[in-house]
Amino acid sequence: MAKIELKSLEHRYASSRKEKDSFAIEDLNIVWEDGTANALLGPSGCGKTTLLNIISGLIKPTSGSVLFDGVEVNDRPTRERHIAQVFQFPVAYDTMTVFDNLAFPLRNQGKEGNEVEARVNEIMELLDLGSLTAMKASHLNPAEKQIVSLGRGIVRKDTVALLLDEPLTVIDPILKLDLRRKLKLVQQELKLTIIYVTHDQHEALTFADHVTIVRDGFIVQSATPEELFLHPRTPFVGYFIGSPGMNTLRCEKTSDGLEIPGSSLSLPSAIASRADKLKGRIDLGIRPEFVETSAEERSDWNRFTIQMVDHAGAYQVLTLQSGSLQIKARVEDHSISKEGDPMWVNFPSEKTNLYADGERVAP
Amino acid sequence: MRQRPWLFLLPTLALMSISAFIPLMAVINYSLHTIFAGSTPEFVGLQNYADVMGDAQFRGALLRQLTFSLLALLIEIPLGVGIALCMPRKGSAVGLSLVLLGIPLLIPYNVVGIVWRLFTQSDIGVIPRFLAVLGYDYNVSLDATDAFMTILLVDVWHWTPLVVLLAYAGLQAIPQTFYQAAEVDGASAWKTFRYVTLPKLRSVLTLGLLIRFMDSFKVYSEPLLLTGGGPGNATTFMSLFVARKAEAYELGYAGASSIIYLYVVIVMSYILFQFINRSPEERRA
Repeated sequence: MAKIELKSLEHRYASSRKEKDSFAIEDLNIVWEDGTANALLGPSGCGKTTLLNIISGLIKPTSGSVLFDGVEVNDRPTRERHIAQVFQFPVAYDTMTVFDNLAFPLRNQGKEGNEVEARVNEIMELLDLGSLTAMKASHLNPAEKQIVSLGRGIVRKDTVALLLDEPLTVIDPILKLDLRRKLKLVQQELKLTIIYVTHDQHEALTFADHVTIVRDGFIVQSATPEELFLHPRTPFVGYFIGSPGMNTLRCEKTSDGLEIPGSSLSLPSAIASRADKLKGRIDLGIRPEFVETSAEERSDWNRFTIQMVDHAGAYQVLTLQSGSLQIKARVEDHSISKEGDPMWVNFPSEKTNLYADGERVAP
Repeated sequence: MRQRPWLFLLPTLALMSISAFIPLMAVINYSLHTIFAGSTPEFVGLQNYADVMGDAQFRGALLRQLTFSLLALLIEIPLGVGIALCMPRKGSAVGLSLVLLGIPLLIPYNVVGIVWRLFTQSDIGVIPRFLAVLGYDYNVSLDATDAFMTILLVDVWHWTPLVVLLAYAGLQAIPQTFYQAAEVDGASAWKTFRYVTLPKLRSVLTLGLLIRFMDSFKVYSEPLLLTGGGPGNATTFMSLFVARKAEAYELGYAGASSIIYLYVVIVMSYILFQFINRSPEERRA
């Protein structure tokens, strides 16, 4: 196991047309501590896979360095980095049995006989693959193939880190649970440094202790799932994390305090006073979970109209409108909401984030 | 209503009967008669088949044909895959190499025969001259081995590009992830080829093998134009043999040998197909 560090990393793909080269990653710095479960979360095409391939050595970065336990490995070829990587599309060697698949990386290291057998059996037991030992990999379903591919990754004892590149994308929803459970198990048993790449926030937040949000090759925020939820550093993080994402309202400072253009909303004085000392463009961010609602009139709250009610099983998501302003609110109570009804709304100051020029300002 | 599917199949069936079924029936009919020019056909049952099977010339042609086709496959398939592996995967070089490979495929059979006759002609051909420099006395019209190998060489030159194109298309379709995984697993270049590339090429190679087998089994214009089937019978392959008999107006005999010939092609193709479509493990079992 190892601590993995990326320093001033930059990567650009040479474009075939003689336009400006496109950056996949720009000046990126990050540390993943030894034995931790981490996630790399971002929209498709933000450079996540590029980053993984740089760590495993499948891509050479344009500049910057990759360090394993403080040692630069930029010039080390993939096979010498001892990285385990599970790809988006399950890879299994179809002509081999499940056993031979797992033994493959060990045999490639020149190991043979009992040593291989003992280790492979150990991993098969861990991953619950025992019943499939002699089965040809071509007969496996995608989820099983993905587990085999995970097994191939962790079978070597010298594995430095496990990289997972959207490993659940092509897996059936029911089998996803099983695979996710196995990933967790592997993490707990083997204390591996895991980097899990995904665009699915649910996967990232449930799996990792530490989540890094990437956008357009930049790290936007790197924090615990709770921190990302409560204090998103930018409106993008707020919107990207959460379902539905955070409400972001553009504000304007006036002589009387803070105003939201296009609506006649009055904001609590606590928020207005926090905004007082801010400069530049100001945004207010509040999660739908934290928007307080009341079907009965409340004197200092704002009146909205219910535009839409989305049922999501245990809760409802209301789309509320006031003037040209629309926000989402999440309510647990099913009885109160009907489209067209009025709804009184409050933004509690302690749950409201303020952003100056797109950056969160601590209260 | 239950007849409706047949209605839709009718055009295809009509075309097939014109192009395949009716001629085949005609040949089978010939094969059961003794036909000589001018005389009335006489029904002889399976006599022609017995004659053909007892004919040493026929058996010689069949054995020669099998040897030729197997050698052609043994050379063309690995060579084709090898060339495909060496071909560029992107950039303008792709187009250029595809065009260069396509050239032999675009040349008509008779032109191929004539061009290679010029190449191999003992007095003016480049091949005899070149081999003479190396100290080898090459003579396509006198030496049986030279003649056989020359036809084989022409076939390899003419048809390996087809295997290359098939293999190349197959290679392009293998997702990069498989190679990345092999790299992460520390596989050597050979193991990557053995466990990733080859299994993924299996279906296109099956196709290539069958096409090449059936085609090479029908080789006709090259030996006709280059060697005329000689020296002796050294390059008298099956279709040349049958054609000779038909030209001699022994239609019953030619018909019977054609049917046996067709039967051998079908059986051999089936065996090959079965062989490739079962993995090594299944074969062992």
